[in-house]
Amino acid sequence: MASVCFYFQAHQPMRLRHYTVFDKHHNYFDDRGNAAICRKVANKCYLPANRLMLKLIRKHQGRFKIAYGITGVLLEQIISFAPEVMSTFDALAETGCVEFLGETYYHSLSFLYSKEDFLEQVKKHSSTIESYFGQKPRVFRNTELIYNNELAAFIESLGLFDAIITEGADHILGYRSPDFVYRPKGCEKLKLLLKNYSLSDDIAFRFSNRDWKQWPLTADKFARWVNKVNGNGNVVNLFMDYETFGEHQWKDTGIFDFLKHLPDEILKHPDNDFKTPTEVVNSYPPMDEVDVPNLISWADTERDTSAWIGNAMQSNAIHELYRLEDEIKKTADKKIIEDWRKLQISDHFYYMCTKWFADGDVHKYFNPYDSPYDAYINYMNILSNLKMRCFLHKDLKKVQRLFENRKSQPETVIA
Amino acid sequence: MRVLMLGWEFPPFISGGLGTACYGLTKAMSQLGIKVTFVLPKQVDGDYATHVKLLTPGSKGAVSDEFSGLEGCKNISFRTIGSPLRPYSTPEFYRQSIERMLERTGKKNKDIPQNWQFEGIDYSGDMYTEVHRYAALANNLAKDEEFDIIHAHDWMTYPAAIAIAGLTGKPLVVHIHSTEFDRSGEHVNQMIYDIEKKGFYSADKIIAVSHFTRNILISRYGVPGGKIEVVYNGVERNGTDNWPLEKSGIQKDEKIVLFLGRITMQKGPEYFLQAAQRVLSVMDNVKFVMAGSGDLAHRTIEMAAELGIGDKVLFTGFLRGDDVKKIYQMADLYVMPSVSEPFGIAPLEALDNDVPVIISRQSGVSEVLVHALKVDFWDVDEIANKIVAVLKHPPLQITLRNYGNFEVRKLRWSESAAKCAKIYEQMLTPVG
Repeated sequence: MASVCFYFQAHQPMRLRHYTVFDKHHNYFDDRGNAAICRKVANKCYLPANRLMLKLIRKHQGRFKIAYGITGVLLEQIISFAPEVMSTFDALAETGCVEFLGETYYHSLSFLYSKEDFLEQVKKHSSTIESYFGQKPRVFRNTELIYNNELAAFIESLGLFDAIITEGADHILGYRSPDFVYRPKGCEKLKLLLKNYSLSDDIAFRFSNRDWKQWPLTADKFARWVNKVNGNGNVVNLFMDYETFGEHQWKDTGIFDFLKHLPDEILKHPDNDFKTPTEVVNSYPPMDEVDVPNLISWADTERDTSAWIGNAMQSNAIHELYRLEDEIKKTADKKIIEDWRKLQISDHFYYMCTKWFADGDVHKYFNPYDSPYDAYINYMNILSNLKMRCFLHKDLKKVQRLFENRKSQPETVIA
Repeated sequence: MRVLMLGWEFPPFISGGLGTACYGLTKAMSQLGIKVTFVLPKQVDGDYATHVKLLTPGSKGAVSDEFSGLEGCKNISFRTIGSPLRPYSTPEFYRQSIERMLERTGKKNKDIPQNWQFEGIDYSGDMYTEVHRYAALANNLAKDEEFDIIHAHDWMTYPAAIAIAGLTGKPLVVHIHSTEFDRSGEHVNQMIYDIEKKGFYSADKIIAVSHFTRNILISRYGVPGGKIEVVYNGVERNGTDNWPLEKSGIQKDEKIVLFLGRITMQKGPEYFLQAAQRVLSVMDNVKFVMAGSGDLAHRTIEMAAELGIGDKVLFTGFLRGDDVKKIYQMADLYVMPSVSEPFGIAPLEALDNDVPVIISRQSGVSEVLVHALKVDFWDVDEIANKIVAVLKHPPLQITLRNYGNFEVRKLRWSESAAKCAKIYEQMLTPVG
């Protein structure tokens, strides 16, 4: 039996506007730019892909199933800038063949810096998903599939999730295959789903690469590769960015046609089926324990966190951000807290990455900056403004208290 | 391969990047085994007089002693021609310096001779005539030399190079380090423009120091793009002899932002000062150092005073050799706000000395540097924003410095020389 488990990650960051050390206003986010990108991606990817998924689900009458991870910050943007996308997600949710996964609302690296805020963000995301799509996420994926034993244990302790997802990196699996359900080391109930990066990346990265010897990739060829897993594994986890369809791989590469024919080809084999992550978790027992003492992610060839916190600027920026946590929360000012959280979106740090800067590469995708240095400067200017707001807030409260104290005192009668 | 190279200046007698470039390029060529005969005008009188052995070179040219001991230049020989031509000078400057010279030699009030053939007087009345007199002398000199190719640097040498090419039939490469549009903005000197244009049209191949300059040649001079090759400049690695800071005698409790270059319209000194004023509105412990001389030096000092930042801006005058090294060691940041910079070697030197750089996008060097902050020269707010960021955030300074220093090591003169050699070979290979 080989189950195909599709999970698509949909996310757009809230990009910052150009902000100099001389700016004083508090509108940190480039609404115009973000709206334009959101609408563009909606038209090229979210809308056509959602419509196609809906069509496929209806056509296969419950045999084609998929899962989505949609970040809170994307949902906010879709609702403001491309509301028509929401109705297609609604329709998908109603089919009963679509599962929605849990994650941090702000697509943040908060697990590494503040467990407290991490938990708040996970809860906020779950309740948002529930309110829009009527289902509570049961499977968790951390930002960029960043993962280690500690995260698994923490997620298990919450009791909110049945399974967690991460990258099927070679160095954590050794000789083992990603095509089974595993158990994270130190967990008793939580199960672990691992991305089959080879087959996932055939679609997500190599699909339109004409230098690839398997080009062009057709649905029946891909189905043959999946069939090979029969007897060697239970599940093929195909995890990728949703923007693969129409945005990373443009429509004229034939990506939508590929997707259109894929369920037919997969289901031709009588032992194959499609399962959502929760169904996978319920169908297969864990085969073995996987030990991940060090952080891994699905990024780049290193499969580590160096794309976000690998250089001095990134590390400095993120430490300064989380150092503010207490001050920020003390203000109890909703707008300040929300701005602080939006500054946690991992993309802000990704733009400061110097690893691939010289060669360009995937890091350029909708990157609003000319260089990682510009990204850092802009971020730090905004962060220092936010810090100032915290302190002003404190002063303001002091003044207010003084004022109220004075009012409450009975006026002294001057004789 | 033997090259007859015509230049304007050569270290240590330099006033700008051209001399540095000629030195780096010829030294690297010498290491490739290319024999270079370097012809340059020799200042008979002027600021450098004390350094120069005043063996007045005859108009026939002489092997120059003061250059002969230069390290790594065994394949280079020098021929100098007595002439007051100075790079980057203007006709007005030329006239002034001639008048100064006449004053000193007691020939004032006499009419400036118009006849350059007059023996014993090594100058002509105006700059253009002088350029042509220089051409004739160089032409004379070339008769005694053996060479395969002529390589001329910037407009003043073009008439000489064209004449020699005409006389000998050898192929001509003109190298363009700076155009009249870079130096003068829209107020171009028509005669210089004409000389440049004639040089570009007479040349068999043109070497531009950047795509930025190549585009100027195409759009402003109508030169066919296929004729122009881009060869980036390199940087001479000074080694790792980091001087301890105590030696420079400076206490570092203040940040230092450096402008190093000629103080002329082209280099954008006023944008530097405007940015400085903006920086000082949010930061106090900063000093702005302007190292260099030029026709806007006085105006710039006045401007610093007008902006109310006179006490925060230091003017050092023109620096050379060890002084340059010292100033780099003191600096926390180098800023090049050039209005139009064909290449710009100074930022590479700054990076080589571990100083991070902010460079204008209107420069050739911004094509080759990735690990530099880039700004539009007119955007003083953004220049100030970036200056403050570098001074305020050590991680930014460290990252820029580390990657920048690594990056600059890849820009070697040996690469530039190899590219030139390839161009020579192509030109000398018979067609078909």
